[in-house]
Amino acid sequence: MAGKPKLHYFNGRGRMESIRWLLAAAGVEFEEKCMKTREDLEKLRKDGVLMFQQVPMVEIDGMKLVQTRAIFNYIADKHNLYGKDIKERALIDMYTEGIVDLNELILTRPFLPPEEQEAKLAQIKDKAKNRYFPAFEKVLKSHGQDYLVGNKLSKADILLVELLYNVEELNPGATASFPLLQALKTRISNLPTVKKFLQPGSQRNPPDDEKCREEAKIIFH
Amino acid sequence: MAGKPKLHYFNGRGRMESIRWLLAAAGVEFEEKFIETREDWDRIRKDGSLMYQQVPMVEIDGMKLVQTRAIINYIANKHNLYGKDMKERALIDMYVEGVADLNEMTIVFPVHPPGVKETKLSEIKDKAKNRYFPAFEKVLKSHGQDYLVGNKLSKADILLVELLYNVEELDPSAITSFPLLKALKNRISSLPTVKKFLQPGSPRKPYTDKKSVEEMKKTFA
Repeated sequence: MAGKPKLHYFNGRGRMESIRWLLAAAGVEFEEKCMKTREDLEKLRKDGVLMFQQVPMVEIDGMKLVQTRAIFNYIADKHNLYGKDIKERALIDMYTEGIVDLNELILTRPFLPPEEQEAKLAQIKDKAKNRYFPAFEKVLKSHGQDYLVGNKLSKADILLVELLYNVEELNPGATASFPLLQALKTRISNLPTVKKFLQPGSQRNPPDDEKCREEAKIIFH
Repeated sequence: MAGKPKLHYFNGRGRMESIRWLLAAAGVEFEEKFIETREDWDRIRKDGSLMYQQVPMVEIDGMKLVQTRAIINYIANKHNLYGKDMKERALIDMYVEGVADLNEMTIVFPVHPPGVKETKLSEIKDKAKNRYFPAFEKVLKSHGQDYLVGNKLSKADILLVELLYNVEELDPSAITSFPLLKALKNRISSLPTVKKFLQPGSPRKPYTDKKSVEEMKKTFA
């Protein structure tokens, strides 16, 4: 278990941001190696360190892990963010997968052609308001506890709060009619590790913008 | 832990088929409730049993689980198909995510209009031959064992073999240059539970043909 995890990605949020959130919330210091050119990606591919020639890739505990879910499940397992038994794991997974579905729409949007982004934004707002936020508000209401599952912090809480920040960036009033989600957001944001991550100077990335899009195009296409 | 799991889905492969494979391989008998009419679909979405108004949904051990990965992970956990520790879990997840990425293309394939189908078929063949199959052949070669991880059957082996069958349906010569994948396919197919599942009359669903797609469109449009 030597050394800090090392994240290989390009300089943007993309698919790596959820991993940064999770590591940060777990209080794990990590390093980042940013790809800047097509050659950087090709080198990683030639080195044989990307199982499916894709990033994110995280070097952790002697492994070179790829695939976002594999990476965050390992981090969750290692740092007790995955519940206490298989049924809690099932609920955590069910909630996480819903979060990931909505977050997928958000993280891919900056990389769409500009003329498609408007329609995508409408879809994100609608799905958040009518499908996902009500589902999670209902869970919190059903047990009245501080966390989604088992009265204990898990990857589901952290990734949901990341999602809430992401949606609010696009739609500032988005959580207004979801008091329990707002409370969860506040509670998680106040955890010392998360508070630190939310401050300037942390490894949290700003929203992916036009510049990121151009960079990603160069690297990935 | 009363009763058999009950699968709620359309009468076709789609996103439920991997779950059927896993349950069958684990020797678990299950029931299926098919959504066959518009009324069935409206009813199941209204009665609150679908967390995100989506299927697959599996009633199992007192839970109404949705999200394919949550369901697959629970079954794998329950039936010892998830390795012996967190590092094995990480490898299993990494492999399964790669399998799922390629399988996604085969799941969606029948729905494409004829012109698009050709392009998509080329993509599937290319990704299988140049990205995914070499990656898994390399894993098997690296340790020379009978299973992908930890010398023991896991969800990764079962889902990879399902994928091999799916790709071969579209491209019969797909695994001819991958001897270890061929051997894995034979070995898994010979397990008594899997052998049974591969025989006529099992819950395994046939390939989704044009007629099925047309029928679905008519019923649910």
